Amino acid sequence: MIEISQLASTIQPSGIRKFFDLVVGMKDVISLGVGEPDFDTPWNVCESAIHSIEQGFTSYTSNKGLKELRVAISHHLRHEHKIEYDPESEMLITVGVSEAFDLAIRAIINPGDEVIIPEPSFVAYGPVVTLAGGTPVFIKTEAANGYKLSPEMIGKACTKKTKAILINYPANPTGTSYTKRELEQLNNALKKHDLTVITDEVYCALSYDMPHTPWPALNGAKSKCIYLNGFSKAYAMTGWRVGYAAAPSEVIDAMTKIHQYTMMCVSTMGQIAALEAIQNGQKAVQLMVDEYKRRRQFVITSLNEMGFECNMPEGAFYAFPSIKASGMDSAEFANYLLQEEKVAVVPGTAFGPSGEGYIRISYASSMENLKEAMLRMGKVLKKTKK
Amino acid sequence: MDEILTILEKDARTTPEEISRMTKKSVADVKKAIKKFEQSGLIVKYKAILNKELVKEESHPVRALIEVKIAPQKDVGFDNMAERIYKFHEVVSCHLVSGTYDLLLVVEGKDLQTVARFVAEKLSPMENVRGTVTHFLLKTYKEDHDILVKPEKDKRIAIIL
Repeated sequence: MIEISQLASTIQPSGIRKFFDLVVGMKDVISLGVGEPDFDTPWNVCESAIHSIEQGFTSYTSNKGLKELRVAISHHLRHEHKIEYDPESEMLITVGVSEAFDLAIRAIINPGDEVIIPEPSFVAYGPVVTLAGGTPVFIKTEAANGYKLSPEMIGKACTKKTKAILINYPANPTGTSYTKRELEQLNNALKKHDLTVITDEVYCALSYDMPHTPWPALNGAKSKCIYLNGFSKAYAMTGWRVGYAAAPSEVIDAMTKIHQYTMMCVSTMGQIAALEAIQNGQKAVQLMVDEYKRRRQFVITSLNEMGFECNMPEGAFYAFPSIKASGMDSAEFANYLLQEEKVAVVPGTAFGPSGEGYIRISYASSMENLKEAMLRMGKVLKKTKK
Repeated sequence: MDEILTILEKDARTTPEEISRMTKKSVADVKKAIKKFEQSGLIVKYKAILNKELVKEESHPVRALIEVKIAPQKDVGFDNMAERIYKFHEVVSCHLVSGTYDLLLVVEGKDLQTVARFVAEKLSPMENVRGTVTHFLLKTYKEDHDILVKPEKDKRIAIIL
């Protein structure tokens, strides 16, 4: 028996593991539980990776990542988002945004430092902070305010130990995003507290109602910002594991040191695929965005009609409806829906205790599946509301 | 292109109620728009895409791509000849193309001989047809964006956070 470290032991396994196993074991389930695009990676992207293997591009790249890719990303950020990052000193290619977030935290957190994380949120943020010796401090956001952070909430959560805040928009699991004005208000509040802002903007291409404003584009924000983005969601490239961080050079230097000793570099074919995606993938992205937008409208309208109150999410591919009308809690509801109607969704509590009373529905699924799933969900309230 | 057309081109069986939910337009407006598209001929008709290899009959119809070289006529160019050719019920589709020949046809018949006879007896002897090249189709992999050879399966894990 090998004894596990105290640090690793403090990380709790997900409480809904059993539910996941149940879903995976069942047949003929329509799964709306998948947090990744249902589209295949655009073929020109796959083809470029195949070609690179044929040409023998199978060795390491530089630790920071292929220079051509960093230059292409820098170009993309300048033209699409009006933000400037030097591809030599201010950018690092990572194994998805997941690695980028871990590196960012490890590069700036000392033991005992606090990191503010809005909740409900993606499951990895808290444990990554804990593993780095920091303390995650969760801020509960509410459906009534569209799950948005406010300057007041941040003010209340700040202590002398607060080092950084994580902001993810458009968000998993709520789809929440922010207008430029809202972001400016948050930025002004954060400046007072001198916090480092880590922004996870991996869903930014999937913004439906307003142009996405990247955090570093805000007035004076760039010098205190670690900007994280990646190829997974926009280009349907989850399995390729390619993301990146852009930040002031001192942060990128520190992140690169950790990356160099733990990861060496991102897989070379993945980087070559990402290069093709960012150079020639915009049309494919637009087609996917148009389709997600139709599905979003369909799902949110259907949910509200059948009595599951749901905000219109600004981005990503998630709906986060209330299931309170059923009289069940999130886990019970997800279980019931799976057993009775064979539709899999994720209980809101998977994303923190403030997700109680809600479920996450991913509309990264064919319209055909969504139509059938909505019909089945429609039966639930009729049955339970006797 | 109008969003209603985009939706119907993907799945012609999408109901006006469903389209209304996808687009924020009222059901009445969607119905009205579809009617207009039908009347103007923008929507020609609705039909199913078949994978004919799976039809359980003893003999499958065969299809051929036929390149046709034509002498254009004064005033009407190729249109007149195209019309005389596409009116044959054997002709599935007919395109005017650039390059070394003029019309590209897809022709269908119950067997090889039928198609060959059509080319030899109907098409080639026509006045102004200068020559033809026939390619019999052996297998169709993709048609109108739909991949026919194998059903696509969802490869994702059922739950990912």
